[in-house]
Amino acid sequence: MRTLLFTCYACEEYCPFGNHPFYLIVERQEEKGILPAPRPIITMWINQCQPIGRFMVGKVAERTLSYCFLAQFNTLVKGKLFDGIASSSIFGQEFFCNAVYLHYAKASVIKGRLPKIVENVKNQGIKELVCLHDECYGTFTSLAPAYGIDVPFKPIHYYEFLYDRLKALNDEIKPLNVKVAYQRNCSARLCPEIDHYVDDIFGLLGVERVKREYDRENALCCAEIFRMAKGPALADDIQKRNIDDMVKFGAKYCVLNCPACWDSLAHKVVRQGIKPIHMIDLCRLAIGEEQALNLSESVAEV
Amino acid sequence: MMTTSTLYDSLVKIVGKDFVSNQKEERYFYGRDGGLMPPHEPDFVVMPKTAEEVQEIVKLANNEKVPLVPKGSGLALTGLVIPQRGGVVLDMKRMDRILEVNEKARYVVVEAGVTHGVLKSYLQKHHPRLRHSLPDSPPVATIVANAVIHGQGRLSQQHGFNSDMVSGLEVVLPTGELCRIGSCSVSSYWFSKGPPLPDLSGLFLGWFGTTGIITRLGLKLYPCKKMRDVMVFLADRAELVPDIMLRLSHTEMVEDVIISAQPLPLRFKGTFWIMAYITGDSDEELEFKRKMIWGALWEYFESRDVGLLSTSPQMKAPLLSMPSKDTAKFADVAKGGGFQYAGPITPIEKFPAFIRKLEEVATKYNVFYASTTRLIGAGHCMMFSFSFSFNRANTDEMARAKKALDECSKFALEEGGVLWKADIYEQKLLMDKMDPNTLVLMKKLKQLLDPNGIMNPGNWEVR
Amino acid sequence: MQEYASQIHRCFRCGYCKFPTDYSSFNCPSYKRFKFDSYSTGGRLWLIYAWLKGEIEWSEHFAEILYTCTTCKNCTEQCPMRFAPDIVDWIVGARSDMVEKGKIPTRVARFFEAVYGYGNPFKQLRGDRAAWANGTKKYAPEDEYLLYVGCLGSYDENGQKMARCLVDILNALGVSFGILGEEEECCGNEIYMLGETGLFQNLMEKNSQKFKELGVSKVITLCPHGYNTMKNVYPTLGGNFEVYHYTQILNDLMQKNKLKLSPAKAKITYQDPCFLGRYNNIYEEPRQILQSIPGIKLVEMERNRRDAFCCGGGSGNFVTDLLAGSVDSPARVRAREAYETGADTLAVACPSCLTMLTDAAKAENLDGKLAVKDISQILKELLSVK
Repeated sequence: MRTLLFTCYACEEYCPFGNHPFYLIVERQEEKGILPAPRPIITMWINQCQPIGRFMVGKVAERTLSYCFLAQFNTLVKGKLFDGIASSSIFGQEFFCNAVYLHYAKASVIKGRLPKIVENVKNQGIKELVCLHDECYGTFTSLAPAYGIDVPFKPIHYYEFLYDRLKALNDEIKPLNVKVAYQRNCSARLCPEIDHYVDDIFGLLGVERVKREYDRENALCCAEIFRMAKGPALADDIQKRNIDDMVKFGAKYCVLNCPACWDSLAHKVVRQGIKPIHMIDLCRLAIGEEQALNLSESVAEV
Repeated sequence: MMTTSTLYDSLVKIVGKDFVSNQKEERYFYGRDGGLMPPHEPDFVVMPKTAEEVQEIVKLANNEKVPLVPKGSGLALTGLVIPQRGGVVLDMKRMDRILEVNEKARYVVVEAGVTHGVLKSYLQKHHPRLRHSLPDSPPVATIVANAVIHGQGRLSQQHGFNSDMVSGLEVVLPTGELCRIGSCSVSSYWFSKGPPLPDLSGLFLGWFGTTGIITRLGLKLYPCKKMRDVMVFLADRAELVPDIMLRLSHTEMVEDVIISAQPLPLRFKGTFWIMAYITGDSDEELEFKRKMIWGALWEYFESRDVGLLSTSPQMKAPLLSMPSKDTAKFADVAKGGGFQYAGPITPIEKFPAFIRKLEEVATKYNVFYASTTRLIGAGHCMMFSFSFSFNRANTDEMARAKKALDECSKFALEEGGVLWKADIYEQKLLMDKMDPNTLVLMKKLKQLLDPNGIMNPGNWEVR
Repeated sequence: MQEYASQIHRCFRCGYCKFPTDYSSFNCPSYKRFKFDSYSTGGRLWLIYAWLKGEIEWSEHFAEILYTCTTCKNCTEQCPMRFAPDIVDWIVGARSDMVEKGKIPTRVARFFEAVYGYGNPFKQLRGDRAAWANGTKKYAPEDEYLLYVGCLGSYDENGQKMARCLVDILNALGVSFGILGEEEECCGNEIYMLGETGLFQNLMEKNSQKFKELGVSKVITLCPHGYNTMKNVYPTLGGNFEVYHYTQILNDLMQKNKLKLSPAKAKITYQDPCFLGRYNNIYEEPRQILQSIPGIKLVEMERNRRDAFCCGGGSGNFVTDLLAGSVDSPARVRAREAYETGADTLAVACPSCLTMLTDAAKAENLDGKLAVKDISQILKELLSVK
């Protein structure tokens, strides 16, 4: 089970009966003491996201943005798309969705921490939580219910939010007329019902999603979890196939949904002449604003 | 014996009025450093510009039996340039010329006040294929002072202490003569600090300015590749770390190996962060090195004892910056502007015992702690730091940090380590343990070179 | 500001504050000038802490150390610690304590007296404040902008040239503006930086009240010092007006091709004023103006933008001149650096930089080799040649 499982979440999406096979596998792994990743890596993740009673919140309102524990959203959340809501945000360990522990066979950590996370969100008076990462959305719509954890607020995927905002700003949209490769991340498979928004948004933006091999249900994840779990060979192979696929089908941009995918792939796609861009930034370009999240210039100082 | 005002006038005559101070403010600042050693103020601070001015100051000091303390930037944190007996502090910063870079022999000759930061910037701009071993002390640290204390830097895993990379010296002896040490004493080239001549550099390196004032230094330069990367491995069993260090250095692919251990921020808790730095002129070269390093640690990876932390370029940026600002930032952990560390040099097998001791002492004295270990000379030894941060506005906290340091220093000595940049108390501990004939030799050398005992007195005082 | 007393011990004297980003040379003006570590930011902070603890007593020398800081913010930019944004505030806080105790250098005391008594640090008559103006129209409520000239623009010879040039350009562009003339008060930026908070409060209130009475909604400042204080500090009084530095207005209009200029053949380098650059992140607009001039080649000094080396005029030093008297006086260092680029013109966007660097170029015997001009002067020269 350790050697064959890659924690890509695909089975969770593929199961037509909603039996949550992936969550069950993770529970069995933990029962059997299987380490899908090296022990110190798991320790680091468990410690890093441990709630510490420090609530990092903006002007929280009934509808609020969740940054989860991803600092890139500090850069991404700006401009007209976030008018009226930019200052309403929650961030940090106290609101961390914990879905990442699915990669590390730590269902116990999820079960232990998630109820408190949900309570923390509720105690902020939030009625609608706009999840800027679909691991959070997947956690509140799939993982929490699977573990019998009641979620007393409405999770909204940020794609739905972006779509609504773009409709409201329709007059300001200038079609981008570019070909893009969409990088479908692992946690998108926890909430496949959201996928249509990708095409809906691209339609509004005048963006062509290239029909490449590794997309939609056949998507390859960013593979960095594999590097941590299995070593470099598999991760490099998957990333190469994925990026070659983007190049082959003439993509000019690689649209990323997930900041972790950004960290894994952005600097690699750029070497193949493809521009990395987060979905929020793609929407921003279409309404005449500038890309906010960019690769930093200094990568390897000597 | 001159009066103070006459001494002042004499110093003004040598360096000029703008570069002598006997004001309280300068005496206050130069009488302290950022560590925990008690202050002692000098009578004067002077800033000479040339070796000739240094010679005149030394001759004056000899005549008047006035202590002299040559100073770089005072970043050793162990009070090595705090003038224990007052006298004159020579701030060497005005001697700031980079005199020569010999690309074909790969060395640079600098004056005593040239900082690591300036040299780094200069080489990047004018000689981008060459680099030197940059320490992680702030960039204002001087090359000479860092060599004098046997500092280590980014190339120490491959090439030893930064003092091993010295390729020649110009020194003003305590009696005022100016002499050259190494190949530069017989040749216009500064390619060697000793061989094939008798190696006299050992009379000055490591002596903390008690045997003379270095006015120029030759430093070896090394190939500077176009790209640099870091692989961050995590382990959680201290007993595995020595073997990990040996395996990494066995590859002969790694520029630098640093191990960090600290309880906070939480992501560090319970793990050792082993950072292996690699450089290359091409992606292929870096990829090959990564492969070799993976291969060296594969057994531990398969047993799940060691993992690689995936890091994006943005996450790597602070790890790759030279010098690393994180070193200085540790001083603000306690929001107090202070840290000091005991960094004994020791065989790498001592790592587990030292980590245990660090955690035990930090708990005992309730102080913030961290540790950084750097491999030196392909695994011949390591620098292990027992680092404690303290709040300068809290005397109790400072006292506890000092006790913690003292206990760690004693422990390290008992375990066979040798204390690095030892403060005056640690110097005594070392000398108490030292071979008696070695001590005699040290005393003889000091008396020979510095008969009036004017050079940084209080340091390496053999009784 | 008194919060500094509980925080100032946090300085580790690591020395990062002495450098620019690439560590190529010393970038702290007072440290470059005087070289003793006491004159670096770390030295200053440690000495302030010592003074607070009673370990050192006030002295003229201590005061000199404190007041030779030009508050250029290089230290804030480079300090790796979390308190970095507060460093200048700490120094200003310590200065305000000294002012309260009446313990300041004589030259600084004279600066305060002059502003208090005459409304400007030059001790020139209030009635002469508009002597430069040559009939420039006074502000009326129907004007879009108030052009706030400041003390240097009103009284300093170099500053007056700037002011006249800017007026001509604004007129050529058809910008709707007026000035306050003799009714203008000192903006107070230097007074604030020097720690005279009472006088600063008074000046700020007077200016804010005047703006309110006149219905001013937009202000263009000649000087980045005035820009800084009106943009960042005046709003605390509830003032509701927009503030622009003149380069922002000109750049906007020039990008829309509103200004017709004759081409010029010149190699220009540009000095980033501290109060425009590090204080307010305005680096590109002045450059865009220069690059819009046909025939101009813009070359950069090695230390530019956030790493620019201060001219040494900040914190009132364009009057008190506490950093003068050496080849390593900051303005002279900068003039040499500008000359080394091969430029024939050193462009500035600040009357303090203009006056400091003009004098420095003379001291460096660069007359005839390096012209020091404000951007407004460069544009005016090309405007008049048709």
